[in-house]
Amino acid sequence: MKTELSGSHAGGSIQGNPGADAVNDIVMAGNKSKGGRPYFLEDPAVERVLNIAMAIATEVAVVHERMDTIERLLESKGILSRQDIEKYVPDETAAEERQGWHARFSARILRIVQQEVEAVAHPENNTPMRTIADEINEM
Amino acid sequence: MSYQLPPVWTELKQHAVFPEFSHDERARYNFLANLNRFVSTVIAPGNQLAYSRRVEPAFVKEHGRSFADRFEVGEAMKKDPVYQMWAALRRSTMEMRQQNGRAVVLRQAKELAQKVAQELEGTHLLQLQENFQVPPYLTHVDNHLMPGSYHTEYFPGDVSNAANYDSGLFVTSGGMLGSLTDGGGRAIAAWVKETYPNFHPKQILDIGCGLGHNTLPIAQAFPDAQVIGIDAGAPMLRYGAARAHALGIQNVTFIQADAANMQAFANEQFDWVQTTMFLHETGGKSIHTIFAEINRVLKKGGLNLHIEQPQYTPEMSMYEQFMRDWDAYYNAEPYWGHMHDLQPQALMEEAGVPKDKFMQVGVKAINDLDKKKQDGKVTEDYGRSPIWNVFGGWKAEK
Repeated sequence: MKTELSGSHAGGSIQGNPGADAVNDIVMAGNKSKGGRPYFLEDPAVERVLNIAMAIATEVAVVHERMDTIERLLESKGILSRQDIEKYVPDETAAEERQGWHARFSARILRIVQQEVEAVAHPENNTPMRTIADEINEM
Repeated sequence: MSYQLPPVWTELKQHAVFPEFSHDERARYNFLANLNRFVSTVIAPGNQLAYSRRVEPAFVKEHGRSFADRFEVGEAMKKDPVYQMWAALRRSTMEMRQQNGRAVVLRQAKELAQKVAQELEGTHLLQLQENFQVPPYLTHVDNHLMPGSYHTEYFPGDVSNAANYDSGLFVTSGGMLGSLTDGGGRAIAAWVKETYPNFHPKQILDIGCGLGHNTLPIAQAFPDAQVIGIDAGAPMLRYGAARAHALGIQNVTFIQADAANMQAFANEQFDWVQTTMFLHETGGKSIHTIFAEINRVLKKGGLNLHIEQPQYTPEMSMYEQFMRDWDAYYNAEPYWGHMHDLQPQALMEEAGVPKDKFMQVGVKAINDLDKKKQDGKVTEDYGRSPIWNVFGGWKAEK
């Protein structure tokens, strides 16, 4: 092997790292790669929503795995048994609170659909805001 | 066949320069590996069904003939809802894998660079070139949708993209490449040893070595040889050299060089020149210059092997060609399609391998994570399966 590569710096000295502090991990993590982004669904807007949904699905899986870790650690320390979790039946108060959580969660997820229904139910409340602006200008 | 689960991410070997992962970052990769497995084994086969049951019949009905080429297949498949959703999901998983991997390494970019520099202190495993010109076919595209590709460094000494590649290939391959993601290198090293027991190479060159996933198994299998890996990407070489050192492998050097202009090496220096999943990431003109350079640096009677995906031949169905071409356009490996249209035997002649010394075989990844849980059957996931085409041959003796 010839070793005449000029200026080679074995060891890759990195003292100083002048640019390292400028790395914005939150934004740079999601940088776009080169080239036009292909869309496969007929409406690109739908595909964008699909991508958001898949990212959220990932985070749900992450929360699930974290819960699983917690349960297993608690069990291994003798604090609870996972069998107890499986057999758990909520009392009246707990049942009420838990069902309420599910209801609110559903409402948050489906807000946009609920509002579409309200729009149909109350056509009088669908005046375009530009019209309302003109109306208010006369009030 | 029961559903085969991918191994968990924690089975990857955590060497000294491996990025740190939090619990949730590991969970994210476990999910994405599973999502890929589900998309490729349950949803992807729907493409074949859609093609044979409605896309091709409709085309035949309209045109009175079947598809003339893979591009016609593509135009027809684009309108099929099963294909649309599969493609949208596949693209989405690739982008999520990149974002989540980058989030892990960028938050610790400085620490990773320091770890690598410490690991390399006092060693001679790395040779970078000042003012190195990255070949245009690499700067023109972000291969595999990795922003910045192999060569971008965000600050001097940066290894972020390499650390992302090392820790995240698990997601795309569903853990099928082993605990060091080296299934390809292990396979070729084992195949060469078994097939040519009297071949004792002293100087081995691995072109486009990246971070050395597939270089190190060759160095381990041939401990008496000096192995040189070349690549254009400084972060890959830097990280690769540190990773090799951390894994205790001494007979390998990582050198920054352009495969189309390997000035650093003498004529007929190497007994064996290897490339692994490299040729499809070059360019239509460069590939020929690269083969001429291989011819120059390879000894007479030396071995030249290339691990690639299968070439497109007239025997391969239009549907399979179309599916294999998907990554070219939608996973940002644009030379993939053209490269797989080339005749391997003609390429090998450019490297000085005569027709009667040409060979072509199939190899499968050697995966230490298998643990016999997997039955060895792999659902075809065109371009992603750990099953490759090896072509190459022995250079003429004179």
